Amino acid sequence: MSDATIIFLQLVIPVAGAVVCLATGRAPRVQRVCGVLGSIAALMAAVLLVARVDDAGVLAAQASGWAAPYGITLVADRLAAGMVLVAALVGLATAVYGLRDVTDGRLPWTFYPLLHFLLLGVQGAFLTGDLFNLYVWFEVMLVASFVLLTLGNGRAQLEGALKYVVLNILASALFLVGAGMLYGKLGTLNMADIAIKLQDPSEVALLHTSGILLLAAFGLKAGIFPLFFWLPASYHTPRVAVSAVFAGLLTKVGVYALIRGYTLFLSGTFEDLRSLLIWTAVATMVVGVLGAAAHFEVRRILSFHIVSQIGYMVLGLALMTPLALAGAVFYIGHHIIVKTNLFFVGGIIEEMRGSGELGRLGGLYRNHPWLAVLFFVPAFSLGGIPPLSGFWAKLAIVEAGLEAEAWVATAFALGVGILTLFSMTKIWMEAFWKADPRGEEAAARTGARKPLAPLVLPAAAFATITVVIGLAGGEMFAYAMRAADQLMDNAIYIRTVLGGLEGGVP
Amino acid sequence: MLLWPVLLLAAAGLISPYVARSRIPVWLLAAAPAGVFAWLLSSYLRLGVGETTAESLGWFDPLGASLDFVLDGFGGLLALLISGVGTLIVIYASGYLAGHRDLGRLLLLLFFFMASMLGLVLADNVILLFVFWELTSITSYLLVGFNHEDKAARAKALQALLVTGAGGLAMLAGFILLGTTAESWRLSEIVQAGDLVRSSPVYGALTACIIIGAAAKSAQVPLHFWLPNAMAAPTPVSAFLHSATMVKAGVFLLAKLSPALDGTLLWHGSLSVLGSATLITGAVLGIVQTDLKRILAYTTLSVLGILTLLIGIGTELAIKSMVVFLLGHALYKAALFMVAGTVDHETGTRDVRRLGGLRRAMPVTAVAALLAAFSKAGFPPFFGFVGKEYVYKTGTALDQAGTAFIVVAVVGNMFLLALALKAGLHPFWSKTPLDAPGRTVHEAPWSLWGPPLALALCGLAFGLAAGLVGEALVGKAVAAIRLEPMTSSLSLWHGLSLPLVLSVVTMAGGLLIYANRRLIWPHRGRIEAVPGPSSVYETMVGNLAEVAKRKTRILQSGALTRYVAIVIAAATFLLGWKFLRFGGWPDLTIGPDIEILPAVLCVLAAGAALGATIATSRLGVLVALGIVGIAIALLFLHYSAPDLAITQILVEALTVMLLMLVVYKLPPVRREPRPGVAAAKWALAAGFGGGMTLIVLQALELQVAPSISEQLATWSYPAAHGRNVVNVILVDFRALDTFGEMIVLTIAALGVLSLLARRKRKREDAGS
Repeated sequence: MSDATIIFLQLVIPVAGAVVCLATGRAPRVQRVCGVLGSIAALMAAVLLVARVDDAGVLAAQASGWAAPYGITLVADRLAAGMVLVAALVGLATAVYGLRDVTDGRLPWTFYPLLHFLLLGVQGAFLTGDLFNLYVWFEVMLVASFVLLTLGNGRAQLEGALKYVVLNILASALFLVGAGMLYGKLGTLNMADIAIKLQDPSEVALLHTSGILLLAAFGLKAGIFPLFFWLPASYHTPRVAVSAVFAGLLTKVGVYALIRGYTLFLSGTFEDLRSLLIWTAVATMVVGVLGAAAHFEVRRILSFHIVSQIGYMVLGLALMTPLALAGAVFYIGHHIIVKTNLFFVGGIIEEMRGSGELGRLGGLYRNHPWLAVLFFVPAFSLGGIPPLSGFWAKLAIVEAGLEAEAWVATAFALGVGILTLFSMTKIWMEAFWKADPRGEEAAARTGARKPLAPLVLPAAAFATITVVIGLAGGEMFAYAMRAADQLMDNAIYIRTVLGGLEGGVP
Repeated sequence: MLLWPVLLLAAAGLISPYVARSRIPVWLLAAAPAGVFAWLLSSYLRLGVGETTAESLGWFDPLGASLDFVLDGFGGLLALLISGVGTLIVIYASGYLAGHRDLGRLLLLLFFFMASMLGLVLADNVILLFVFWELTSITSYLLVGFNHEDKAARAKALQALLVTGAGGLAMLAGFILLGTTAESWRLSEIVQAGDLVRSSPVYGALTACIIIGAAAKSAQVPLHFWLPNAMAAPTPVSAFLHSATMVKAGVFLLAKLSPALDGTLLWHGSLSVLGSATLITGAVLGIVQTDLKRILAYTTLSVLGILTLLIGIGTELAIKSMVVFLLGHALYKAALFMVAGTVDHETGTRDVRRLGGLRRAMPVTAVAALLAAFSKAGFPPFFGFVGKEYVYKTGTALDQAGTAFIVVAVVGNMFLLALALKAGLHPFWSKTPLDAPGRTVHEAPWSLWGPPLALALCGLAFGLAAGLVGEALVGKAVAAIRLEPMTSSLSLWHGLSLPLVLSVVTMAGGLLIYANRRLIWPHRGRIEAVPGPSSVYETMVGNLAEVAKRKTRILQSGALTRYVAIVIAAATFLLGWKFLRFGGWPDLTIGPDIEILPAVLCVLAAGAALGATIATSRLGVLVALGIVGIAIALLFLHYSAPDLAITQILVEALTVMLLMLVVYKLPPVRREPRPGVAAAKWALAAGFGGGMTLIVLQALELQVAPSISEQLATWSYPAAHGRNVVNVILVDFRALDTFGEMIVLTIAALGVLSLLARRKRKREDAGS
């Protein structure tokens, strides 16, 4: 299989999956099978991609066969490939998790097509090497996620969806203006080409306007302070399968865009923005974790934690050392797995008890010890307890911070760690340790009307992955280091993308 | 090989819930730690003074975390304590909680803790050590919260976790700085790099961080308050974690790192002060206690204080006394805790005011208690006596501050003696009438008296064979800490010397306090009411929730308009910052070549935008915005881009339709009643709009590099076979974008469909 084929497969499979799921919409059983099979195929393709990329360094494919920078280039370096893999994993887990919701008829037939469309947008955003094309994938993601948010049509959902879409469209507008101005000035949209044209430092100052608009746009997508409001406003309202995939993937695409930007097409503007980014990261961590401390509903707490954790990733980017970037990359991977899983488990709790309000929960540790384990692993991983995956992520950021002598920011990163743990123990103590407020007898019943297997399976798989990363993730971290090396030195990326420049017409 | 014992214990933990539910006697699980103990003992005895066996495996190498393990004299001694006491604890726990529905869970966590603790003392890599360090905190949290349906137990578990966890984070920072400064992550190399560390500019910071972490773990004042509260745990846990092993981790680490960090005022001064303060605090707070476990918890504090103080002194004698004291304490304190648990188990109370004369009903337990208490009290020939003698010897050999040290040590030891008798002697030998309603007290099963008796006998045997113990255990430990062999051996009897006189003084004073214990008890309430660090903790945790709530109410208010305003304000701020910092103001003069039609369209769009701001209904706002969109589409048309215009109109129409369906569910527009807020909104809108105008104008003036569009136009016909370059761009050069946008439209259609389906369903529901 050629490199280009492997890259295009990452997009073709979700499209095919979506189309098949649309076509089989009237036969729910068939559609479900197709939905899951499509995700399995996507995962296999992603594994193939990572294997190839880790071997070759960077792969590029020119869409429509036009040489860069004239057409649209798709690029897979180690960061992109890794993201594609994790996203495919989340896609599969969500597809399985959704089986249960679909059988109950609570998710309409549009769920599977939309899920695949959403994944298409995500994979496209990871793989594109073109600024405007990135915008297009952002739009695909935005519209797909908006429609997913409204599935089920509750009043709260529609209100959450409105906030979500309005704020995100604002980001799209900023993105569009920024990208447009960049094109106006440089005459190109290819990220690698932009990076080359920006190597002359005298021109960098001229690009701050576009750079800043893109920062605001990506930042809003990532959920940094003070642009994160859309996230806690909407994530707790939709069906669990939907909010789990959102929690895992959406903000991380924003972080990915920030990383891609400041290591490639906006790298020239980075130095001027470094301290701004560091303090934004710190504020994001603190504000997010305080939000989590203030809430008493499982999914709301978890939503605020997403914001807080984004701060760590952005801090890793802002420190901009190989270790820090590796930390950020590893953090994203870890976070996607763990956060998705926490929403899965939160969903199981809601399914069993009919509520995610901590005041109404209790007794889960006594009666469902395995569920307790399933929650404990991702929750304490998020809290940075070793040797779970989150510890290594946090350790890398802290080590990098101390190495860079960013004392205050590192101190905040550590302090927020203890607050994160604090709010995770809040869920643990209220929902699991506390006696069931309904009394012992009611507690012994699961309360679920149908078997929970499709819900538990993905949660168990992700908990296992978390433990495995924690105990034996050295290889994964080494991959993150190799990815960071590529980011620190973008020469290979640029050369791979623009390799065919002289040839012009294919 | 050194990783295997850790894994073995973890594995024993994993099977214990099943064993607890099966017919297999639970105490058989003790075979795992017993095996580990035997293996460690044989390795340890073969180890020469100053020798180590080390091994390592790769792990998260770029982060400095490798699986480096080492068996040295000091870590090995602790490993022996952990596995040895651990064996007894498992037996004890299986009897103490026999038939309890959560016995399996308790053992699971106990084994996990044991594995972590073993890993901690065998780790030769600071990050690895930290991993185990945190694992002990988290298992301790789960164990303290064992009675998890009790709210107080949950709060105390959390307190222990947060205090040790916060200390742990400081410690992590200290470790990372230490590793970077010493240019190695291996402890055995770090301790050789003392000069490098001490001359580093971050020496002060890293030492402070490490001391904070160790102090939190080893419950030094002012971070001591979690330890007495941790007594909410079941007694086997208190005996194991909160006296014999986990709380020693901080002391262990300080001792282990002393070659790299000592020799400065910061190190010696802060450790001496911390240690003395903890010693005295534990003694004073302990003497007023009446609960057996709390009495013992406070004496643990005192002992931890002495150990820290001795490390702070740091002479060879001091380190030797530290090792002897630590060993002796582990033996007698675990025994006393188990005795307290046995008493509780048989009588249902731990209140010394209600306990007395138990020696008749529980003779074997009474013997165990007596032996352990005498060792703790420092009576000869018990091992505790040896420890106390060496502490006094350390003091008499000091050049500076010797007197101060001796005073602190003597006072502390007096209280320890009194408390030892109170906890070990009083329940069994005093004349206080037993008050255990509804119970016929009798001797406990062997699993409850066997383990404490074994430990207490060890305390006696070690004292009698002090020379042997000195050679086989203490000497190796001291050599491992100080990196040089011990110069003198260990002995029980030192002849008639100053230390012996001090011992006699201690005994007299201690007995006096013990005799008057009943006079002191009533003052407990008054002494404990003095606000201390514990109330600071309560205030902080309470305020945290309050601050978090207030902050979140302000930021995450739920009002979309406010969110939009903040986002726009942020973007405006960034733009303003950019212009002020980097300049780039555009030329604002208006030229004479204005065309009529575009100008009209611009005015129309601007008017519609203004209209949107003053519209009174959401529908009106949408319509106004639709006009803006159409005007822009017409502008495209005017500048000869009809395809662009068509796309714009399509998207505009779909978006408006989709939004209308959502808007339909929302309440009508509310006018802003406060003029100030309205003005602020106008200012914000004007600022943002102005900023965008500026940057668009600026963009017109800048063209840094030739655009690719010229090349596209050249290629359009010959290479792409299309005369209309815009079309060629859309369907060929940038076909992928077009494809993506098609998908956007498909999804939008799906969205419209599902919203319409909802309305249809609603109508049907209403109709039926």
